[in-house]
Amino acid sequence: MSKLKLLTDGLVKNNPTFVLLLGMCPTLATTTSAINGLSMGLATLFVLVLSNMAISAIAPIVPDKVHIPVYIVVIATFVTLLQLLMQAYTPAMYETLGLFIPLIVVNCIVLGRAEAFANKHSVGESALDGIGVGLGFTASLTVLGLVREILGSGSAFGWNFIGGNDGMLAFVMAPGAFLCLGYLMVLFNKFVKKN
Amino acid sequence: MAVKSNLVNMVAVLGLTCLVCAGLLGGAYVLTKEPIEAAAAAKTQQAIARVLPHFTEASYDAEGHYYTALDGENLVGYAIESTVVGFGGPLSLMVGVTPDGVVYNTSVLSHAETPGLGAKCTTDMKFMDQWRGFDPSVKKLSVKKDGGDVDAITASTITSRAYAMAVENALNTFKTLSHE
Repeated sequence: MSKLKLLTDGLVKNNPTFVLLLGMCPTLATTTSAINGLSMGLATLFVLVLSNMAISAIAPIVPDKVHIPVYIVVIATFVTLLQLLMQAYTPAMYETLGLFIPLIVVNCIVLGRAEAFANKHSVGESALDGIGVGLGFTASLTVLGLVREILGSGSAFGWNFIGGNDGMLAFVMAPGAFLCLGYLMVLFNKFVKKN
Repeated sequence: MAVKSNLVNMVAVLGLTCLVCAGLLGGAYVLTKEPIEAAAAAKTQQAIARVLPHFTEASYDAEGHYYTALDGENLVGYAIESTVVGFGGPLSLMVGVTPDGVVYNTSVLSHAETPGLGAKCTTDMKFMDQWRGFDPSVKKLSVKKDGGDVDAITASTITSRAYAMAVENALNTFKTLSHE
């Protein structure tokens, strides 16, 4: 498998949000604005790359029966690390994402890539796969966040273009999240994945 | 390619992984402890500076959850922390009260209100500005729907009510303070 393909697979063919439908909980909950979606995506990317690398490195010595507990410990370590770092250096972002940072531990994407890819491939390939899938997740969350922000708050990346607070509120709330996700999925599968 | 499991290697690998991870996290905790505390302190200082006029010194009273702000010898006012139950969870405010019993300004410390609705209590300028110089002896401290003088955030009466109640609690704390 070529190096480039490893990267682009995560973005299109294995796009975690629009194709694999993994990690729906943070996807729906944190994408109230483009910035929130982007930061949640980047936080997941950070954990995904590091855990993919660590797991591919230790996979050959992990006994089969305890591999899930070992992977979860590794993933939880990186998530806690991220949590401490965010609390220390980006406190505002940490407050916005709050609960969803610790929940990255149980995000199916991270354990899914560990199981499906990292434990069978080299450290380098696993890192690339982590970056690819992480970027795919980040891009999807940012797009979803952007669409919801434009419709729901009349702004984009925090820049308000309708001069007021008169967006369609439903899109900021949960029903809007499902609607937008559904339509984006249709568009993604029709136009991007076909080619 | 995975190793065949037996009791010894399962215990060894899982135990070792946990040890290494615990060590890593312990190290990270020590390294980030100071920046985290500094960030929290900076946030509180910012909140006090926003809700009170210029001051040089602020001392904290942990029992009453308020800061006494002094400018040299003169009392500038109190920055009172006040937490109530909002729509989505606890709503924490910092309320600045000058010695004459007038609210100087308010600032949200933390909240769990609905994004796009109640969460506007941190961005809606019309709502936030009405607290600047709010005089409880002239204006009635409850939302207009309840017969008071507080303009609620559109579609977020519960949050606005909680906000008003937090300010009221802070003013009550101030009253007990000024009687002492």
